[in-house]
Amino acid sequence: MTERRPDPDELLRRVQAEELRERRGKLTVFFGAAPGVGKTYAMLREAIREQELGSDVLVGVLETHGRAETEALLQGLALLPRRPVDHRGVTLSEFDLDGALARHPRLILVDELAHTNAEGSRHPKRWQDVAELLDAGINVHTTLNVQHLESLSEIIAVGMGLVVRETVPDSVLEMADEVRLIDLPPGELLERLAEGRIYIPEQAERARDNFFRKENLHALRELALRQTAERVGTQARQYQEHRGLKRTWTVSERLLVCLSESPDADKVLWAASGLVMRMHVPWAVLHVESPGNVRLPEARRQELVKRLRHAEQLGAEVSTVSGMNAADEILKFASEWGATRIVVGPPGRRLLPWRITGSVVADLMDRAVEQDIWVTRNPRSPAPRRFRLEFQARRGRGTPAQYVVAVATMAAVTAITSLLFGRGRAADVVMLYLLGVALVAMRCGYGPSLLAALLGVLAFDFFFVPPYLSFAFSDLGHVITFGILLFVALVISNLTDRIRAQVEASRAREKRIATQYALSRELARTTGRDGLIAVSIVHIEDTFDCRAMLLLPDAVGRLAVAGPSRSEVLPSHDEGIVQWVWQNRREAGLATDTLPGSEGLYLVVSGTQGAMGVLCVIPKDRHQFEDTEQRRLLDTFVSLTAIALERARLAEESQLTRGELEKEGLRNTLLASISHDLRTPIAVIMGAASALMDDSDRLDAGARMDLVQTVYGQSVRLNRLVRDLLDMTRLESGGVQLTLEWHSVEEIVGASLNRLEDLLGSREVRVELEPGLPLIRVDGVLIGQLLVNLLENAVKYSPRDAPIEISASKPGDEVLLEVADRGPGIPEADLDRVFDKFYRGSQERLPEGVGLGLAICRAIAVAHGGRMLALNRPGGGASFRCAVPAGELSPGFDPPASETSEE
Amino acid sequence: MPKSPEEAAHEPLVLIVEDELPMMRFLRTSLQSHGYRVGEARTGSEAIALAGTQIPDLIILDLGLPDMDGLAVTRRLREWSATPIIVVSARGQERDKIAALDAGADDYLTKPFSVPELLARLRVALRHRDKTGADKPEPVFESGRLRVDIAHRQVWVDGAEIRLTPIEYRLLLTLVHFAGRVLTHRQLLREGWGPAYEGQSQYLRIYMARLRHKIEADPSRPRLLLTEPGVGYRLRDS
Repeated sequence: MTERRPDPDELLRRVQAEELRERRGKLTVFFGAAPGVGKTYAMLREAIREQELGSDVLVGVLETHGRAETEALLQGLALLPRRPVDHRGVTLSEFDLDGALARHPRLILVDELAHTNAEGSRHPKRWQDVAELLDAGINVHTTLNVQHLESLSEIIAVGMGLVVRETVPDSVLEMADEVRLIDLPPGELLERLAEGRIYIPEQAERARDNFFRKENLHALRELALRQTAERVGTQARQYQEHRGLKRTWTVSERLLVCLSESPDADKVLWAASGLVMRMHVPWAVLHVESPGNVRLPEARRQELVKRLRHAEQLGAEVSTVSGMNAADEILKFASEWGATRIVVGPPGRRLLPWRITGSVVADLMDRAVEQDIWVTRNPRSPAPRRFRLEFQARRGRGTPAQYVVAVATMAAVTAITSLLFGRGRAADVVMLYLLGVALVAMRCGYGPSLLAALLGVLAFDFFFVPPYLSFAFSDLGHVITFGILLFVALVISNLTDRIRAQVEASRAREKRIATQYALSRELARTTGRDGLIAVSIVHIEDTFDCRAMLLLPDAVGRLAVAGPSRSEVLPSHDEGIVQWVWQNRREAGLATDTLPGSEGLYLVVSGTQGAMGVLCVIPKDRHQFEDTEQRRLLDTFVSLTAIALERARLAEESQLTRGELEKEGLRNTLLASISHDLRTPIAVIMGAASALMDDSDRLDAGARMDLVQTVYGQSVRLNRLVRDLLDMTRLESGGVQLTLEWHSVEEIVGASLNRLEDLLGSREVRVELEPGLPLIRVDGVLIGQLLVNLLENAVKYSPRDAPIEISASKPGDEVLLEVADRGPGIPEADLDRVFDKFYRGSQERLPEGVGLGLAICRAIAVAHGGRMLALNRPGGGASFRCAVPAGELSPGFDPPASETSEE
Repeated sequence: MPKSPEEAAHEPLVLIVEDELPMMRFLRTSLQSHGYRVGEARTGSEAIALAGTQIPDLIILDLGLPDMDGLAVTRRLREWSATPIIVVSARGQERDKIAALDAGADDYLTKPFSVPELLARLRVALRHRDKTGADKPEPVFESGRLRVDIAHRQVWVDGAEIRLTPIEYRLLLTLVHFAGRVLTHRQLLREGWGPAYEGQSQYLRIYMARLRHKIEADPSRPRLLLTEPGVGYRLRDS
C-alpha cells in the first residue's frame, strides 16, 4: 500500500467534524454483557468522581433495581424528577428530556440506553433522547448491554433463542466518544445473582432459567469483548488514518444490498449491516419493483416499507427502482452507483428449484462483470412455502362483480358453443372455452380467471364430454384435455395479469413523474416568493391530499407561516415541533422517529445554502407517508420548492444589487451635477465679493452696483438649489409627514403666485378654476411648493411674452391642477423622463437648476397618492398636470348659530 | 411694559438673539445703518437676562439656539414682558414657527430674507407696540382698495360699501387690528368662532375665500388678504 498525504479538503472536513464534536456533548457508554455486571454501579462511581472534581452532574434517569450498593451511591447526586406519562390509564414515569435540556447540566446520567419510551413521548427510543442531549452540548453517561445492539440481536435471537425487542442502532455505539467495558466472569455473575444482588429472589429464579444460563453468559461475554475489541481496532485505524499513515480500505469499495419483498430479506439486511460494520464502507440498499411484485398485499407492503426505513436508519442510501427484470435493474443501478460488491439473498423456494426456473441470483452471477456477488446463507428453517400461498400473497382476488362476470362469461360460452357446434367437436369447444378464460383474464384479473378456468373445465366435462350432463367421463384421454385446458387458462391469466400489473405500475410511475413535472414547470413560470410558495402548497396539498403550510424565518428569525395557506389553523402543539425541527434541522412528526404520534409531518426545507424553513404536512391518512414512495415524492416536492425559493432569493438579491448600481450611477450624476451647480454661483459670489473688498477704490459706483447685484442674483440661485436639494432629500427619505388639511385650491394658487411675484413680474398668468371646486384635503405647503416648481419651470422654458395658464378642475374623485405654457414643449422621447431626477431636457441651454424641480413635484404628488403627467399641448407648449385625490367629500360646513341670522 | 420717558426719545433698541456670527454681523450692520441700536445675545438664557436688564424695544429671536429652543425662550419672555418678538427660522420649521406665534411671538421671518423685508417687519411690530400703549386703535383702517370704519362697523371696497356677515366682519377686524402681522389659523379661529373651534381650519378657509371674493379684485391673486403657507394669514398694511 502506498503512503499518502492527507488531502486538504479532507483535512478541512476532519477539522470541521472535530469542531462539531467539540460543541457536541461527549457520550460515554458503560457496556456490558448482561444485566448485573455492574454498569450502573460503575457509572455512578464515575459520576461521583466527576462531581467531586467540581462538575455539575445530574442523574437524568436511573434504575437501581433495588440494589443496595447502587442506591447508596445515588445519595450524593442530584436527581431529575421523572415526567409522568399517562399511557392507557396507567401512569408511567419517563425521563424528562425537556427538563434535562432546560437544566442543562454538564454531565447527565441516562441509564439503559435501549429503553423504549412510553407512547406520546417526543422520541420513541431513549437513545434518541440521548442524541438530542448530546446535540445540546450535554455530556451523557449511559449503560448498554450487548444483546441490545441491533446487529447482534439477530445472532442472539438465532443462537440463544432470546428475542430482544429493545434495540439500539450500532451507529449509536459508534458515535460514543468512549466505551467502557464492564466485565464480570459468568461464574461470578451467577454468584451475585444467587446472592440476590441482581434481582429479588423469585425474579432471580426466572432469570436463571431463561437468560442467565452459563452458556448464554459465555456467549454474550464473548460478543461484548469482541465488540469492544473491534471498536478499539477501529479507533487504532482511525488514528492511523488521521496521521495519514496508510489507507486502510480501498476507498472505492461500495456495497450494494438488494432487498426483495420477501420476509427473508430481513436476514439479508441484517447480514449485510454486520458486514458493513466490519468493513466500514459506504453502502446502498436497493429494492426492485417488478411486475411480479408490484401488487403486494398491504401487510407485506408495510413490512417492506419498514425494512427499507430500517436500512435507512442503519445508514444505507435507500433506493427503489422499477423494471421488468430485477437483475437488469440491479446491475444498472450497481454500475451507476459504482458498487463493487452486491449482496443478495439466496433464491427463494418455489415449486420448482431455481436451477430450472432461473433466479435473480443466477442472473446476477452470470452477468455481473464489475461486481462481486455475495449471496447470504439460507435462513435456518423457513417453512417451505406452498405454491398456492405464493399466489394469494401476490395477487388481488377481484371484486364479487368480477366473479359474477366470470361465471356469466363461461355460461355464455357454454350456451354459444352448444348452439354453434352441438356436441361432438371437442377441439373447437375447448378453443372457445380458452377464449372465454382469456376474456375474463383481460377484464377481471387473476382470481376470476382462475374461477373461469375451473368452470370451463367443469362445463366442458358436463356438457360436451360423454356421458353428457354428468361430471363423469369415459375416456381417460379427456383428463389430458382438462389438464391442458386448465394449464393454458392459468398461463393466460397469469400473463394477462402481469401485463395489467405492469401497466398499472408504469401508470403510477408516469403519474409520479407528471406531478413532479407539473410542479417544476409551474415553479419555473412563477416569480416572486409568495407566488412560488402558493404554487408549492397547492401542488403538495393536491398531490398528497393533505393540508400543508410553509414556515419561513421572518426578519427577526422567528418562523412564521409564509405565503397564502389554505388551511386556517395549525394543529395544537405544533409550534413546539416546528421549533424543534428548525433548531435540530431534523424531520419530525408522523412516520418519523421524533413525535410520531403528532398529526403532521414536519420537514426541513433546505437548499444549497442550508435550511430555509419548515414544511408542515397534515395528511388525511395517517399512514400515507409510511410509504417510502410517497415520502420520496414529497421530498422531491420539498427540494423543488427549496430550489425555487432559493432562485427567487437570488433573483431578489441580484435585483437589489442592480438597484444599488443604478443608485450608484444616480449618485454620480448627482455629484457631477451638484458640484457644477454649486460651484458656479459660489465662484461668482467669491469673485465679486473679493473684487468689492480689494478693488473698491478703483470701482465706480455703477461697477460696484453691478457686482453687488451679481452677488445677490447668485445667492438667490444658490438658495433655490439648496432648497430643492433639501426638499428632495426630505421627500425621498420619507421624513416628510403630510399635514393634511382642507384647503381651497384658489388660496393655494394665490399664495404660490404671491411667492413668485418677483419672478413673474409682468408676465401674464391666466387662472381658470372650475366654479364650485370643493375644498381638497392636502398638505397646503407641499402642494403650494408643487405649483411654485411648475410655475418656475414654465417661466424658465417659455418666452417672456407668452401667457402661463393655471387651471384646476375636479373630474371624478381627483383634483386636477394644470400649469401650461407656450414654450417649445417637450421632445416626445423625453415625456416619460421629465419627472426623473436630474433630468434637464436634451438641450443644454439652461444655466439654472439641477433638474430637481419636476422630480420634487412628482414626489409630492406621489406622497399624496396622486401622480404627475407631462404632455405637449396642441398648438405648442408643454402642460404639466398633477392629479391628487380630493379626499372624501368636503366636510359638511355648519355655520355656527350666529351666522344663520345673517344681517 | 411701561416705558421710561427718556427711552422713548432714543432710537429703538433691538435685541438680536442669534448664535451664528455671520448672521449676527449682517443683522447688526443692517440695523445700525438704519438707525437702530443693537443688543446682542448668543444663547436663550443670555437673551432672557438681557431682556430684563436692557429692556429692548424689540427682540429678533432665532429659533435654533444652542441652549434652549426659541419656543421656550418666547414663553419665558412672555411671562413678564410684552416686548415684540420677531422669530427668525429656516424653511421647514413651520411647526416651530406656529408654536412660537401661538406662544406670543409677533411675527416671523424665514431665512434667507432681505433687509427691506426685515425692516418692514420691524416697523410693523414697533408700530403695534406703540399702538398697544394708546387707548384706542385707529378708528378707520385703509389699505389699497379696502377701507374699514371701525367705529361705524362699515366696510368699503373701491368706495362702495359691502355687506359682511358677523363672522366675516370679526375676522376682518382681527386682521385689521394686527394689520401687517401674521396671524395663525388658531388665533383667527379663536377670534372668529371661539376657542372651541381652534382645530376647524376648514371654516377659516371657507370664510377667507368668501372675504377675498368680497374684497379682492382677483381672488386668485390676492393683494390684501395674503396667505402665509402653513402658518396663517396676513392683511397687507397699506
